[in-house]
Amino acid sequence: MIINHPLLGPCDAQEFTYKGDARLIDRPDGMAEGSGPAFYDYAYLRDNPAGEHRELWFHEQGDRSWLVVTRNTVTHDIISVELARDVARSMGRSR
Amino acid sequence: MHDLAPMTALGASEPRTDTIGPIRITEAPDWALASVAARLGQEATCQTALRKLLGTPAPGVAAQASGPVLSAFWIGPHIWMFEAPYATHPDLAQQVKAACADTASVTDQTGAWVRFELTGRDLPRLMERLCNLDMGAMQAGHARRSVIEHLGCYVIRHEDSITLYGPRSSAQTLHHALITAARSVF
Amino acid sequence: MRLKAGGQIDRDTKLSFRFDGKHYKGHPGDTLASALLANGVRLMGRSFKYHRPRGVLTAGSDEPNALVELRSGGRQEPNTRATVVELFDGLHAAPQNAWPSLRFDALAINDKLSNFLTAGFYYKTFMWPAAFWEKLYEPIIRRAAGLGSITTQPDPDPYDKGFLHCDLLIIGAGPSGLMAALTAGRAGARVILADEDFRMGGRLNAESYAISEMAGSDWAAQIVAELVSLPNVRLMPRTTVFGAFDHGIYGAVERVSDHLPVPQTGKPRQTLWRIYTRRTLLCAGALERPIAFANNDRPGIMTASALRAYVNRWAVSPAETVAVFTNNDDGHRTAADLIAKGVKVAALIDTRPDAPKAAGTELLAGAQVIDTSGRLGLTGVTVKLANGQTRKLACGALGVSGGWNPNVSLTCHQRGRPAWEERIAAFVPAGDLPQGMIVAGAAGGQFSTHATLAGGAEKAAQALTDLGITATKPDLPQAEDAPTRITPFWHVKSDKRAWLDFQNDVTVKDVKLAHQEGFRSVEHLKRYTTLGMATDQGKTSNMGGLAIMAELTGQSIAQTGTTMFRPPYTPVAMGVLAGRSTGQDFRPTRLTPSHHWAKEQGAVFVEVGMWLRAQWFPRKGETTWRESVDREVSATRASVGVCDVTTLGKIDVQGTDAAEFLNRSYCNAFAKLPVGRVRYGLMLREDGIAFDDGTAARLAEDHFVVTTTTANAVPVYRHMEFARQCLWPDMDVQLISTTEAWAQYAIAGPNARKLLQKIVDPAFDISNDAFPFMACAEITVCNGCPARLFRISFSGELAYELAVPTRYGDALIRRIMAEGAEFDVTPYGTEALGVMRIEKGHAAGNELNGQTTALNLGMGRMVSEKKDSIGAVLSRREGLSTADALKLVGFRPKNPQSRIPAGAHLLEKGAKMIVANDLGYVTSACYSPTLESYIAIGFLKNGQARMGETLRAASPLTGEDVEIEIVSAHFVDPEGDRLRA
Repeated sequence: MIINHPLLGPCDAQEFTYKGDARLIDRPDGMAEGSGPAFYDYAYLRDNPAGEHRELWFHEQGDRSWLVVTRNTVTHDIISVELARDVARSMGRSR
Repeated sequence: MHDLAPMTALGASEPRTDTIGPIRITEAPDWALASVAARLGQEATCQTALRKLLGTPAPGVAAQASGPVLSAFWIGPHIWMFEAPYATHPDLAQQVKAACADTASVTDQTGAWVRFELTGRDLPRLMERLCNLDMGAMQAGHARRSVIEHLGCYVIRHEDSITLYGPRSSAQTLHHALITAARSVF
Repeated sequence: MRLKAGGQIDRDTKLSFRFDGKHYKGHPGDTLASALLANGVRLMGRSFKYHRPRGVLTAGSDEPNALVELRSGGRQEPNTRATVVELFDGLHAAPQNAWPSLRFDALAINDKLSNFLTAGFYYKTFMWPAAFWEKLYEPIIRRAAGLGSITTQPDPDPYDKGFLHCDLLIIGAGPSGLMAALTAGRAGARVILADEDFRMGGRLNAESYAISEMAGSDWAAQIVAELVSLPNVRLMPRTTVFGAFDHGIYGAVERVSDHLPVPQTGKPRQTLWRIYTRRTLLCAGALERPIAFANNDRPGIMTASALRAYVNRWAVSPAETVAVFTNNDDGHRTAADLIAKGVKVAALIDTRPDAPKAAGTELLAGAQVIDTSGRLGLTGVTVKLANGQTRKLACGALGVSGGWNPNVSLTCHQRGRPAWEERIAAFVPAGDLPQGMIVAGAAGGQFSTHATLAGGAEKAAQALTDLGITATKPDLPQAEDAPTRITPFWHVKSDKRAWLDFQNDVTVKDVKLAHQEGFRSVEHLKRYTTLGMATDQGKTSNMGGLAIMAELTGQSIAQTGTTMFRPPYTPVAMGVLAGRSTGQDFRPTRLTPSHHWAKEQGAVFVEVGMWLRAQWFPRKGETTWRESVDREVSATRASVGVCDVTTLGKIDVQGTDAAEFLNRSYCNAFAKLPVGRVRYGLMLREDGIAFDDGTAARLAEDHFVVTTTTANAVPVYRHMEFARQCLWPDMDVQLISTTEAWAQYAIAGPNARKLLQKIVDPAFDISNDAFPFMACAEITVCNGCPARLFRISFSGELAYELAVPTRYGDALIRRIMAEGAEFDVTPYGTEALGVMRIEKGHAAGNELNGQTTALNLGMGRMVSEKKDSIGAVLSRREGLSTADALKLVGFRPKNPQSRIPAGAHLLEKGAKMIVANDLGYVTSACYSPTLESYIAIGFLKNGQARMGETLRAASPLTGEDVEIEIVSAHFVDPEGDRLRA
């Protein structure tokens, strides 16, 4: 597969390491009251869609950017590629 | 001056050179390296400091730039690798840190890499057996990280040569791959 | 037999070769098949199931029959198609699947048993008794079936891999591919033209018609010559594009040296290419399909186009008298070409009552071949004439044409399904092609030469337009433009066996049986009968099989559909998939800075991941590894030892938020670690399980150096980058790996400080007061060499880790050894390192095994509740913190000389060795020279409360069952006096 890196352009998927659902960006607050169930959901419950899926890929043999790749798991079409850091910020994550 | 004798990454006191067909593969141990990562919110001031240090703007994405003394190449968002002759800059990291002060995090990378200079004609035909970069389309001044023989390596394209950085501990593996691939072509 | 003139062979040069033990001669330009036919050899193999005598069916890579074992020794290669083996001097090949000989094969008895060996026979016949399967049935079937045998010797030849990039990949160098390459090449596009043949031109080399008043093969050679002169065009003959993968990536195998007896020195036998394309033009042509009729598998019966190719390209006729059997006009072309070359054509048998006239031979219109004769080679055919009478014709070869199938294989590799086209009675590529692929020429159903030339130029121009490259179409040469005239005809009705899949011995009867038993979908048909499942993927057989199934079910062929073609298009050798990564080069090797020195010392090395580490350093007179390791441990504990610990991962963590970042990355507190101090840190996974441990040294307010275990250096770095970029994107923290930048040595033992004081420059005070346990500093050694010193201890002794720039690592170990001579400094390897850490009760990889928590490791209280750190919340889950949770403890055998097997499980005395009685397990075990006893550590339910009790450590694997006492895991210096000394 070819992943169109937002900075570097088309890169072979063999340069990347796969992590999983991009929802992993949305980590619950560990100091919040009763955060156990939220962490259970975060760590264990994943959707496994046949179709579009937002996933985390790490450009390990490249520029070390984490990317959010929106990919169709049926056709392998890649719909969009974003820097995960930008996605995280847009989701309200900060410090 | 201290009295510890350096050893090259290939395990000798002198760097090694191999000539295969039209290609020359030279180990180049005489380079100091330092990585520079701009601190959060300091990107602009860091770049100003780097431009002053380098004598030219810090290179953009996937680019390499040479100043009068130092040169640098892009290795990630707001991260660069600076290069200088080791003989004159054994303390490159400290010099870069002094120039950037609190605008950047600087790390000595001299010992982390083995550097090979590849010269001669038909270099793309050698490289196409080693990594997935499109050397035919790669112009002088381009710098990319890619996989060679399962190793993360930096490939820097110059007008008539290619600079290759690979992990120092695997210098022998990388050298073996270069030699084997060269013999396979020429 | 070889014809007097013609052919694209070098008649002036003779090549000797051997087949089935006999010597023959051929010429450069020959394939093994053409050379054998030239020597009058039609019998080339035996079939898979019935061991029927077989010859060539085709003249190309679609060949199902003529499979041979090529070469011998380590180079022996089974299942090689004689039709694509380029002849070289000294070639030797052996027939396969025949014993004792090709002409007399004992297992031809299977042919007589064919009534029992129909489709699905092994599902039925060998159902019971089940116990017979492994012992009786399977060995018999294995011996009887199968194709060539593989060599057990290593392949002596190198293979290579590489990566290519182009604007346009053109697959196939026939008329459309050549025209496309010319169009794109002249336009300046980066073009790769790949063809599986050693001579480019495709069917142009096998046909007699002219292109612009030139022989087709000459025209092809002229175009190839121009393409060679274009620097932007790469010609790749002998290269099979075998797979279309995601996003325009193609796999190809270049047979660099297969046409040579052995590769030239240093050159690969084959090269695997991964080709990155922007556009791909598939010009793979079409494959002729046979017609099924009784006994249609005798040597000498082949496709009409193969017969034509042998005559035109290789000047070879399989026999003096031949016949042709066709359902379309193309069979007439074969008859005409043969007659023109002086071969006698006994008759042209055309199934169509309205067949066009033929010259030079008798036309039998509306006739069918109903049987054949000749045990080891065709001697004649029986024809049923239009009027119902039968007639026997003597002939040594029969060309059969059932029409042409566009070669759609690669269009299906991304799940594309071809569509039925009535005009040519064949499947053509539909719209669902792999990304960036365009189809031209015969592969797209355009069969006339004019149409393929025009299509190649036009589709290439179209592809370039997509890429924004302007192309001018070259002038089209004059070429034939005959329409395709075919009346579909798939099989002659018969009670006898009529073959569809020659390689897997599937007949029309088998398809009927599948239908009768309900296996009617094409996918079921395929699996039940094995139609199309042989190494040729049914290139010549699938179409016939599904046409017959369509006939039986009363559906149209379009409704019946096709099975899926998958990569590889033709078989790919395992060796080329491995490329250079074989033996020692299977993966990279990482050498430590002291490697060369250690080698000089005669160290024994062990692979730790990719690293080679010294395992122990044997001395003269030591006969077992234990002697060496015991000595290394004792010497270190008595005086001082040194060990290369460079392999531990090192990550530079900088930034104004570095401390807070580590505070969240480790489960224990880091925010308040003072500058100049080191702290042990435990990292958890988000699910609360221990991930990795190491130390973090604070070199400045905003600068830490973190260590990881050797194995987890890469995953920990990845994890920390994830946290930095995805979880806390606005923290000011920067990471970079520095594992390789420093050569690092552990110097341990009561004399460690005294030794170090001889190396560390005097400006740096490393006395216990100035540089206590868990101190760190940036210093200089050996008169000014920059260095880092950490007072940390894995062995439990007074210990330091000293790091210098990697290039000085070799000099430093030599200096340490020289300066340490007065203390009898002892180098130690990973075994002694392991013994000392077990003696000290330190957890390592065996304990951080992906199942254990901080609580299990005895570090439950380290998980801070005052802060949010990765894994903290889930580590407090009820299920992970029960009262009887596993706890890390030590074990001593009742008899000090009884080994405790690592991996043993813990049981009460007298308890049966069953899971219900399991109390825990032993993770690490060794002999402790310090305690003069075997010891071990491991996890025991509620272990801390069971100190002093006696249990058993039992291993069902080794049969050992040892009484042990539960003790603290800290066997040596539990108070830590030594390391603080």
